[in-house]
Amino acid sequence: MSETRFTDQHEWVRLEGDTATVGITKYAAEALGDVVFVELPAKGRKVGAGGEAAVVESVKAASEVYAPVGGEVSEANSALEAAPATVNDDPEGAGWFFKLKGVAPGDFTKLMTQAAYAEFVKGL
Amino acid sequence: MEIDANRRKVVAPGYHAPEELTTISGDRGLDHEEKLIFEIGRDGVTGVDFPEVQLSGARLGGQQRKTAIGLPGLSEPEVIRHYVRLSRMNYAIDAGLYPLGSCTMKHNPRLNEKMARLPGFGDLHPLAPRATTQGALALISQLMNWLTVLTGMPAVAMSPKAGAHGELCGLLAIRAAIAARGENRPRILVPESAHGTNPATAAFAGFTVDEVPAKPNGHVDAQALKAKLGPDVAAIMLTNPNTCGLFEGEVVEIAKAVHEAGAYFYCDGANFNAIAGRVRPGDLGIDAMHINLHKTFSTPHGGGGPGAGPVVLSAALAPFAPLPLLVADKDGFKLIEDRDELRLFSELGGAKPFGRMSAFHGQMGMFVRALAYMLSHGRDGVRQASEDAVLSANYILASLKDVMSAPFGDGPCMHEALFDDTFLEGTGVTTLDFAKAMIDEGYHPMTMYFPLVVHGAMLIEPTESESKASLDAFIHVLREMALEAKAGRKARFEGAPRLAPRRRLDETAAARKPILRWKRAELPQAAE
Amino acid sequence: MRYLPLSPDDRGVMLKKIGVPDMDALFRDVPRSAVVPLSAFDLPDTQGELEVDRALSKLAAKNVAAGAGPFFCGAGAYKHHVPSAVDHLIQRSEFLTSYTPYQPEIAQGTLQYLFEFQTQVALLTGMEVANASLYDGSTATAEGVMMAQRLTRRGKAILSGGLHPHYAETVETVAGLTGAIVRAPVTPGSAEDIIALIDDDTACVVVQSPDVFGLIRNLRPIAEAAHAKGALLIAVVTEIVSLGLLESPGAQGADIVAAEGQSIGNGLNFGGPYVGLFATREKFLRQMPGRLTGETTDVEGRRGYVLTLSTREQHIRREKATSNICTNSGLCTLAFTIHLSLLGEEGFARLARLNHAKASALADRLSAIPGAQLVTPAFFNEFTLRLPKAAAPLVDALANKGVIAGVPASRLMPHEKSADNLLIVAATETATDEDFAAFERALKEVL
Repeated sequence: MSETRFTDQHEWVRLEGDTATVGITKYAAEALGDVVFVELPAKGRKVGAGGEAAVVESVKAASEVYAPVGGEVSEANSALEAAPATVNDDPEGAGWFFKLKGVAPGDFTKLMTQAAYAEFVKGL
Repeated sequence: MEIDANRRKVVAPGYHAPEELTTISGDRGLDHEEKLIFEIGRDGVTGVDFPEVQLSGARLGGQQRKTAIGLPGLSEPEVIRHYVRLSRMNYAIDAGLYPLGSCTMKHNPRLNEKMARLPGFGDLHPLAPRATTQGALALISQLMNWLTVLTGMPAVAMSPKAGAHGELCGLLAIRAAIAARGENRPRILVPESAHGTNPATAAFAGFTVDEVPAKPNGHVDAQALKAKLGPDVAAIMLTNPNTCGLFEGEVVEIAKAVHEAGAYFYCDGANFNAIAGRVRPGDLGIDAMHINLHKTFSTPHGGGGPGAGPVVLSAALAPFAPLPLLVADKDGFKLIEDRDELRLFSELGGAKPFGRMSAFHGQMGMFVRALAYMLSHGRDGVRQASEDAVLSANYILASLKDVMSAPFGDGPCMHEALFDDTFLEGTGVTTLDFAKAMIDEGYHPMTMYFPLVVHGAMLIEPTESESKASLDAFIHVLREMALEAKAGRKARFEGAPRLAPRRRLDETAAARKPILRWKRAELPQAAE
Repeated sequence: MRYLPLSPDDRGVMLKKIGVPDMDALFRDVPRSAVVPLSAFDLPDTQGELEVDRALSKLAAKNVAAGAGPFFCGAGAYKHHVPSAVDHLIQRSEFLTSYTPYQPEIAQGTLQYLFEFQTQVALLTGMEVANASLYDGSTATAEGVMMAQRLTRRGKAILSGGLHPHYAETVETVAGLTGAIVRAPVTPGSAEDIIALIDDDTACVVVQSPDVFGLIRNLRPIAEAAHAKGALLIAVVTEIVSLGLLESPGAQGADIVAAEGQSIGNGLNFGGPYVGLFATREKFLRQMPGRLTGETTDVEGRRGYVLTLSTREQHIRREKATSNICTNSGLCTLAFTIHLSLLGEEGFARLARLNHAKASALADRLSAIPGAQLVTPAFFNEFTLRLPKAAAPLVDALANKGVIAGVPASRLMPHEKSADNLLIVAATETATDEDFAAFERALKEVL
């Protein structure tokens, strides 16, 4: 059983057990344009909720990807380094950025639901 | 739009360029394609004749090169042709109006080039004996006088090599002044409309950056700025006239509040060319300001440099100016290149230089050009140039604001006119398309998407160098283009430019798989 | 005013179109108290070309140009012959009066030569990638140290005592904010034991070769020792012509090369503008400062060039940029690349051999003078002599005899008492046998 939640910085996070998978939303990927580079966190790095964890770049813009929840990086999607276009092609699937373990459930439930995020984006 | 397989032939509905001939050579009249020097050159050819010498007893410590470098060999005629052909792929201010806002593409007088090449300046070694460089030091002294008088500031640091380097110099002086007071102030306030160099420099100099919002009228929010002041704020960095092309009228009041909070006022002097000869930054309460000699005083931009960015300093910051310092004694001018030498000059007793910005003593070649510009213009010409720049920008604003949208067009602007993309709403034409279509009309685009505070920004800076006829021709083209866009005739904008040496280039591919140098293995492919 | 095209009538018509009575109305946002009359500026009024030419020529004539007589100064700036074609080409309007190539469709000329320049610099230094230049060698060195600090996430930088003191001071001023800068003791004519200083906190070691005294250094053991501790080696080259004869820093294990390119294509200009060369390994690319040009294609499939990886730079990354640098050394870069294209492999190698031959001949003549001793056993086109008395007054005395004899080491390192008697002498292809004879004669007279 997994659920996906969203941040106002346009990250999505999917929680399975105490492991969270994080990426950027379709809205963010479209706003950024063609992604040309991603910088991923090292395995084992500890990040707090809201901390800078990764970088995503298009030709004309660079943006931090923040950890929506705190935890320890258990895996990074290194396939993105060779194929950054995956972030545009499948942002909320194969274009995930990193996984965090040891996530506190309280961090997660504070975030927006799919419906709330859709509403948030509409208001932008 | 359909692109013909013949690479030169473009067919676009509603686009009325004459049918073009596909040539055998791939060249087109005066437009020549040009290979890389590495594809032209070969072994056994050179463009410089030197005698061959045998090194019998080389004293190289066993470090002699064992492999060839791989440089191509070309004769002088080939080299000349190569660079002449390349040059013809460039737009230039000498060839046409260059309306890049915040970049100040004004005329570059050729006298200045001639003066910089006088052997006494161009062929002078920076560490030559003092007695043999008195004329050069006198020139620097004269330029310093011009800069301090024009700005109403007591001191100037000459060594910064460009605007951003000047910003760094100013912030390091501020850092030193704060440290000398025994304080720790880690924060710098920067308006969101600032040039990117401002926050980058603040971070580079070890400060944290706090953004100050702009008001809807394009001015910095002075109230918000004051509210952010506190004992941890080292300085504000404000551009005035600002990047929206507006004079910050509350500047004196802002300076007062900044000083009361114990902070310093850094002014980005990129737009000094709007007010030189009319307003003295020193009268506005500014503590440090860099002057882009390549903007206000017309040293050539040279395709991206070199620049020069002397920094004028208030009395509070002057003691912290970096080495070297120029002084005079009975034997004439002298450079103080070391802190210990300060003791020899009592008038510098309070000097506490924060360090050194670079080797030697600044961009002398640019100093000569700038002083030639100043002497030619004189104080009256400097003032007239500022006025003409402001007049021309306002003329463009007044002539275009009914067909384009000017977010702050109700009042006058300074030396640049700002438009946004409201007038393109619903046309399917973007700021980028509009700007690129200017290329087909023979113009360099204006600055796009800067400042960040308005949507789809188009910033036009005509400078004082354009005749009224030139301005009118430019206005005519932009008016017609705006009307075309509004009339739904998108074709001329989509995929523009069509009539340039290259059409739009794939920047995404360039960034995803960077090719940053030629490599021999690519030869067969490059030969097409 | 000859540079201002608007006539008084034009100005009147334009004000009318704008709908204001006079210029003051356009400056209405400026506080009245801040507007000053012209008389507030104690400066001269406009002058014709003839008057300005006369005034500046008079100042220029008070200086002694390097080409005016026997001349032997180096120490970071070198007198070389620049072929006439170079200055002619860089003064073409399309190069001289264009801006940074932000609109690649109409700036292919600039972009292509930058791509060629980057390739030349990478080849010369033996590195994988080079940028489109920085301000000069000293600021390039400081940028290199900061880049190493970012890459290693360590602060300490160890500077060789043979690093040009101005470079060392620039590094201390700029990179000292982000880490400790340790300067190894100065040892004229021999290599200090810099390896012993490398520890686990060291971000980089900075070694100049040939060093400020002209001594050629072997970088290999330093590179190995640095790498063993996870630190980087930054190689500094102030005389780029040396690479025509010496092994490249890349071949010796350097991770970053920061160099001064003035010697190729650019005049002495009393210290600037010069051209900072910066090269590194491909794996460090994302942390490299400065502008980069890359190859791509346009929508019709034609090869073309663009500025690329701009997300490292200030105009996009703002406070998170790798550097605050905005300009490069544009026109100086062009002069460099044209001159090197003219030289080619053969010309560059001959130039380097000629320089070494000239300096060797001069070193032999001068060190044969009783009391003068050569302290640099291995050198390229610059060497250091130990004289029996302080070098600075001797240089002034020699200047009075029409010989610009070199740079007294004390000018660069006044605190280093052991340097007082040292004279740094450079001889390039421009020096003649007559110059050598004049130097030898004059030195004998003053000693």
